[in-house]
Amino acid sequence: MRGCLRVLRAGPGATVQDSGRFGFLRYGVTPAGPMDWTAFRTANFALGNDDRAAAIEVTTGGLEVVCEGAPLWVTFAGGAFVGQRSGMVLPKAARIRLEPGETLMARAGEFGAFTYLAVAGGFDTLVVMGSRSTHLRSGMGGIEGRMLKANDVLPTVVPVEEQSGASFEAMIDAPWLDRDPDPFRVVLGPQDDYFTPETLREFFAGVFTLTPMGDRMAYRLKGPDIAHARGYDIVSDGVALGAIQIPGDKQPLVLMADRQPTGGYPKLGHVARADIGRLAQMRPGEACCFREVSVAEARAALLACEDEIATTVQRLRPLRLALTSERLFEANLIGGVVDPLANEQNEGEF
Amino acid sequence: MLSKPRYLPAGESALVVEFGATIAPRIHDCVLALDAALQHANFEGVTETVPTYRSLMIHFDPRRLAAETLITALAKLEDTLKPARTPPQRWHIPACYDSPHDEDIAEVAAFLGLPRAQIIDLHQGARYRVYMYGFAPGYIFLGGLPPELTIPRRAVPRSPAPPGSLLIAGGQALIASCAMPTGWYGIGRTPVKVFDPRRAKIFLAGIGDEICFERIDGEAFDALSLAAEAGELCARGERLDEL
Repeated sequence: MRGCLRVLRAGPGATVQDSGRFGFLRYGVTPAGPMDWTAFRTANFALGNDDRAAAIEVTTGGLEVVCEGAPLWVTFAGGAFVGQRSGMVLPKAARIRLEPGETLMARAGEFGAFTYLAVAGGFDTLVVMGSRSTHLRSGMGGIEGRMLKANDVLPTVVPVEEQSGASFEAMIDAPWLDRDPDPFRVVLGPQDDYFTPETLREFFAGVFTLTPMGDRMAYRLKGPDIAHARGYDIVSDGVALGAIQIPGDKQPLVLMADRQPTGGYPKLGHVARADIGRLAQMRPGEACCFREVSVAEARAALLACEDEIATTVQRLRPLRLALTSERLFEANLIGGVVDPLANEQNEGEF
Repeated sequence: MLSKPRYLPAGESALVVEFGATIAPRIHDCVLALDAALQHANFEGVTETVPTYRSLMIHFDPRRLAAETLITALAKLEDTLKPARTPPQRWHIPACYDSPHDEDIAEVAAFLGLPRAQIIDLHQGARYRVYMYGFAPGYIFLGGLPPELTIPRRAVPRSPAPPGSLLIAGGQALIASCAMPTGWYGIGRTPVKVFDPRRAKIFLAGIGDEICFERIDGEAFDALSLAAEAGELCARGERLDEL
């Protein structure tokens, strides 16, 4: 029997996302996919899914679901959201087995803009042009191409007896999802020659604040003016994830998951993919700055980041133990008495 | 011979191969030649390519391919490219310029100082090249609009033009795939769905294809709209590269 999740309450912006709709960029089709690919991948990997399984992207608006039909192994990861199972508080990233009738609630916590609710095997919504990702602007994918709302039912691909990826409830220890104030790494180009070297220096020295105008398509930043040396109208060319466009108002626009595949403003550079997840997790009003790196450095950072996420399963901590130790620390009862790492030998994962 | 392209990074996972900075058939030919050669070569690690007016964006998986390796391979490929080409296919697309499908034609006539009939003749009589897709899924950007129909974009976008709208602005023409607010002017409409995810042929035209419009009246428009809704193409394709 296959379990499903029924939405009890969905804050604005909750959508179904898989790794994205690729293969049609040349026809103007937006890839969509998760805003924070690192958290999305972590949530999927913790269940033994590959990174193409569809999950729910939850915004700071929060989400509450109930399990129906059969038990389900689920995870959530990304930002520091507060998760609760039928009222019981869970760690900020966890893997649990939901029994029919049990609810799972996620709401915005200390930091972060998105968390991912994944299920063993992935959600089984309609595949449109090779992907389940929701693109709201074109009304494609997910459930009827729209945001989730109360009473939506999300079926799963795999029945519980085949959900072999998970065998115990766990805290997901993913330090790569922690808050990190480091500047975002940027590779210059392709239109960095539309700016003077001095303007580029000002860009890298500047502090930018995320405005509330941003959405899944682009994040608008506010900071020092980035003046064009020779106009801002270019003949449209291709656009990649993380492109930093400088339109006529001289304020950077970073193109995110719902970017169009082509665009007509000069692109000063691209945020390194290794830092895209961190950028996506910013909330309006938060500040950031940028640091220039080479293509080779950005590539090395991405590969290191992917390698780290690939260790998700090895880093799982049995849930009860992790909670106990956390509570001991919280109660200021001395560290080191209970070592959450002591029970490293996980019971035959995979 | 190709003009020497510029290789420009777009992050660690994409590369732009730029052949020029303007809209010109000669430059677009180079873009398409490289695109075809790349697809033929089937490079390990290249995931997707996006041809535009003046450049080819190559998306790749940095784990399987480093940018410098790709550039070296492209430089070798460059010498073998033959940009002289005939468009692979010519599409005959029905177009209705009758009311209510000619929404903005009076505005265009007033701005350009041309009679309405001449605007229709000019638009309908031209041969267009599909330069690229953009803006929204299936939006086709065309080159080849007669220069007499050059009109600047609106300062303020108009309310959404319906799917199939034939739009002009900035010396370019396009076919809209879905209703979106636009700064362009709608002078006619085709019943053809240039983009339909339910159809086996999701997108009508390939990049580099030729397009011409065949005038139909309002009655034919309604009949063809029904057929298009039922999944028919309603446009005639003619292969040119096999002649």
